[in-house]
Amino acid sequence: MTDNRTDKYKKVAYYPGCALEGTGHAYNRSTKEVGKALGLELEDVKNWNCCGAMEVKNIDPKVQTYLSSRVMSQAVNEMGHSVVMAPCNGCYHNLKKAEYDLKNDETSRQVVDRISSKAGHKTYHAGEIETIHALDWIKHGIGEEGLKSRVKKSLKGMKVANYYGCMYTRPRHIFPEKDQGAGSESTSRPHFMDDLLAAAGAANVDFPLKTACCGGAHTLSDSDMSTKLVLNILKAAEASGANVIATECPTCHSGLEMHQIRAEKKFGVKTNVKILYFTQLLGLALGLTPKKVGVHENMSDSFGLLEQQGLA
Amino acid sequence: MRSLATIGELLEGGIDTATPAATARDLLTIGEEVLEHWLQARGLKPTASKAEGFRLLGLHRQGARGDPSFNACRETCRELVYHYNLVTMEPGDSATAQRLAMMQLVASHIYYFVSGKMQSAQLGEFCCSSRDLRLKQAS
Repeated sequence: MTDNRTDKYKKVAYYPGCALEGTGHAYNRSTKEVGKALGLELEDVKNWNCCGAMEVKNIDPKVQTYLSSRVMSQAVNEMGHSVVMAPCNGCYHNLKKAEYDLKNDETSRQVVDRISSKAGHKTYHAGEIETIHALDWIKHGIGEEGLKSRVKKSLKGMKVANYYGCMYTRPRHIFPEKDQGAGSESTSRPHFMDDLLAAAGAANVDFPLKTACCGGAHTLSDSDMSTKLVLNILKAAEASGANVIATECPTCHSGLEMHQIRAEKKFGVKTNVKILYFTQLLGLALGLTPKKVGVHENMSDSFGLLEQQGLA
Repeated sequence: MRSLATIGELLEGGIDTATPAATARDLLTIGEEVLEHWLQARGLKPTASKAEGFRLLGLHRQGARGDPSFNACRETCRELVYHYNLVTMEPGDSATAQRLAMMQLVASHIYYFVSGKMQSAQLGEFCCSSRDLRLKQAS
């Protein structure tokens, strides 16, 4: 790494979001543990709130912009950070979207200013903070070489299908730092997770559904459709030769796990591919125990595979 | 154009398997027909134009106009084209059977995604909010 992000990302504001305090707790735990092991510091955003997720956005997108802007305001105005890291794709997406709207839309600026004044905190202005994902944090804060030098247990033997989900790269215009050539993330064929896991010794398989829809939005309205979409992803991962799917989003992750179980019960189709957060895999490579990275908190049981690979 | 239900059945195992190229062609056509259903349900005439040399990508571009969330299947459509190219350019390759199997899964994903989108948008024969009730009544 030659740019200033290595220093800039050493200590960042951490916005876990609500999923990482619930179903995605293993992601929260493993992200923090990996940060510690790599010497990267996280400081929780003080008194953080919901990013607006899907529900608020569907009712009033301007309120969603405000909610995300408040998180950024807390990080920059109350804590003095220049970078906020959100490991959840939904939170990451919403903060980036708010940043874009505040930069380009006068009405959004007026609404955010009005609600911020009423709520009694400083208004967030576009450009005051940089929002990054956990993948950016490790990729640029440590890099592949830095990671390689810290690996204690290689992930050799792990054949990984890297699953990014659909919100990490969409819509392209809210991620101006992506698609900027060498070293930047690609919106059509993302690779940061592939790069990091390869540095830890894993073999990445050619997986055609890495940004495909996991059916998260249909989970409540039509569970069968979600199950079919997930089952297709699981089958494609297995057909690609993967023994594990690496995830970087708590919604996708819990969807894959739950619908893997449901696919067997509802459609009688059993798939054996394991599902782990990329931070869990990196943590194991860094010599952390499965419990330390929350493997026991996952719904699917990966211990057999980890034992077989000498990682547990 | 075949119905979505027929396409669903085909993807379960009724694809033309005469030659690798024919199978790939059929899977690509299925992708196009699924997108045609999406466009027609929204009152649009499916374009005959191609994007980057493929009608599938032209149809996707048309389908995403005014509905950015449809871009969630953009890369899936591109993967279908990519696999089509792999199979038709190197039909004798030892990986062809694997590539066709993957292409079928990719085509199935487009089918499931668009079917789900149509339900959410209450287009076509679906209405997601009453689906459970209708299924109960039918059984």
